[in-house]
Amino acid sequence: MRGIVHIASWLYALAVYGFIFLPVIVLVLFSLQSTSFPIPPFTGPSLRWYEAVLSDARLTSALVNSLLVAVFSSATAVTLGFLSAWGFARFVLPGSGLLRGLITLPLTVSYLIIGMGLLVLFNWAGVPKSLLAAGIGHVVINLPLCFAIIYSQMGDHQINIERAARDLGAPEWKVLLLISVPVMAPAIFAGFFLSMTFSWDEFVISFLLTRFDTTLPVEIWNLLRSGLNPKTNAVGSLVFAVSIVLVVLFELTLLRRKPA
Amino acid sequence: MNAPLVDIRDVSHRFGQHPVLKNVSLTIETGSYTILLGPSGSGKTTLLSILGGFVDPSEGKVLIRGQDCTSMPPAKRPTTTVFQDYALFPHMSVGANVGFGLRMQGVDGATRAAKAREALGLVGLAAAFDKKPHQLSGGQRQRVALARALVIEPAVLLLDEPLGALDLKLRRQMQDELKAIQKRVGTAFIHVTHDQEEAMALADHCVVMNDGRIEDEGPPERVYARPATRFSATFMGESTILAGKVVESGDRTSAVATPVGSISLPCALPMGSQAALAIRPEHLVLGTASGGTKLGKAEVSDVVFQGSFKRVLATSLEEPSLRFVAKLPATATVQPGDTVAVSCDIDQIVLLTD
Repeated sequence: MRGIVHIASWLYALAVYGFIFLPVIVLVLFSLQSTSFPIPPFTGPSLRWYEAVLSDARLTSALVNSLLVAVFSSATAVTLGFLSAWGFARFVLPGSGLLRGLITLPLTVSYLIIGMGLLVLFNWAGVPKSLLAAGIGHVVINLPLCFAIIYSQMGDHQINIERAARDLGAPEWKVLLLISVPVMAPAIFAGFFLSMTFSWDEFVISFLLTRFDTTLPVEIWNLLRSGLNPKTNAVGSLVFAVSIVLVVLFELTLLRRKPA
Repeated sequence: MNAPLVDIRDVSHRFGQHPVLKNVSLTIETGSYTILLGPSGSGKTTLLSILGGFVDPSEGKVLIRGQDCTSMPPAKRPTTTVFQDYALFPHMSVGANVGFGLRMQGVDGATRAAKAREALGLVGLAAAFDKKPHQLSGGQRQRVALARALVIEPAVLLLDEPLGALDLKLRRQMQDELKAIQKRVGTAFIHVTHDQEEAMALADHCVVMNDGRIEDEGPPERVYARPATRFSATFMGESTILAGKVVESGDRTSAVATPVGSISLPCALPMGSQAALAIRPEHLVLGTASGGTKLGKAEVSDVVFQGSFKRVLATSLEEPSLRFVAKLPATATVQPGDTVAVSCDIDQIVLLTD
């Protein structure tokens, strides 16, 4: 009896992980296909589709665009998120609970709604569709996340550390730059890398807010419209690999250096 | 006459509706070691925060070296604070921690390092210059915090329960070092604690606080031997308190009727007023005594052996709510259940003012 339960629980675990990872494995596997269709039988391995991706000017420029948008929007989101978290943690503000709720609210709103709202707003304000507009959209979705991560890591212990710096003659901007930011560095980097991950494979907002220069997920979508081929698998695998790297960096920065 | 180093004038403070300091005035002399002693909630830490500039008092003024510092930010004040949790900068080396104040003053790197080394030497940690705070023990971190605060040569050093996080043995050891360091640098130290032994060991000037007020202040020997109020008689060491009423009043003597009999005191008191008398445990005599003031009989309820002495609790037979606290030699042979005569030398009875 116990043996059956044991086997069943293993099968169950296998099924769960299978559902999660099989599509990714298939994607990566057929990106290595040597013939023109990403369907069985597997004919590889071959890197010809990766070559095709890297020699495609549209895809490579979209990849660079995606990186730029991810880096700059994440840096902005983490800066604003840190400053607001610091403000909420260090000062008594009227309606602080409500304001904190409002700042994290975009986490619960769908990207489609945020994208549409920004589209209408930018249209009205005369901001053209561009990478800048998409970047602003990514700041909107990632700022609440950065705020939540950094705010959760701001303990009372740091209040005294900041006080000590002030007591020793540091003006406020030096307290922030020399004390608060380095002490909060793990949370700040964690927020940055998580924002990068989300910005990197974000589609809806980028799709709505860019026109000629666009990001990689939008370009992949364009590619998919002309049907499946191993090139889409190859570029998808590249996106996945970058995401993995970012998530690992996030985990390392947030989970490391607990003992202090 | 010179102005005092620190002059606290009529300071009151409220947190919301709750008053935490009620009209406190205090002066601190140059080079003195002042202890603010009181239970939690007595306002001692708030008073220290007001001195450090972290709290703006609701009313009153703080003058340091004759200059009004009441709402001057901490960075501009001639004070530095050693925080209870040390508040070292975890991402900086010990040397950089100690040099931080000098760095803020724009002192160049080489001078900074030299002065930081010197300050670390003063607290016996010269070897820790390149270490990170997390590599140090609690007592060592404490010393780094002390060095960091002293290196910029403040007029007043504020210490917020600096020994609170250390174990007993280390606390007593650091206590001796604090006193030695203070004597060496000559800076005025103001030190908050709830530990009365720490207070007696360290203070030149001991300030007993309770419920937002100063109950008593003076040299610790005086505060201990002649406490001014019932609170300081029971908080700074233990006391047996006798409550009574003045029934005879002369020019130089008065008689106070207490539950254990009439006690005559060598001072003039208004007829009919209430009086409270305090007696320190080591001054109570249990058993047959030759002279002194008789305080009735009592039944011993508890004998606790404490190494060098025995702490004895006894309940008065005349007044069951009265408990005598006595300190007897370790060789005393009293047992719980014994009935003993209680007496004490008249000079050792302290009249309390409240």
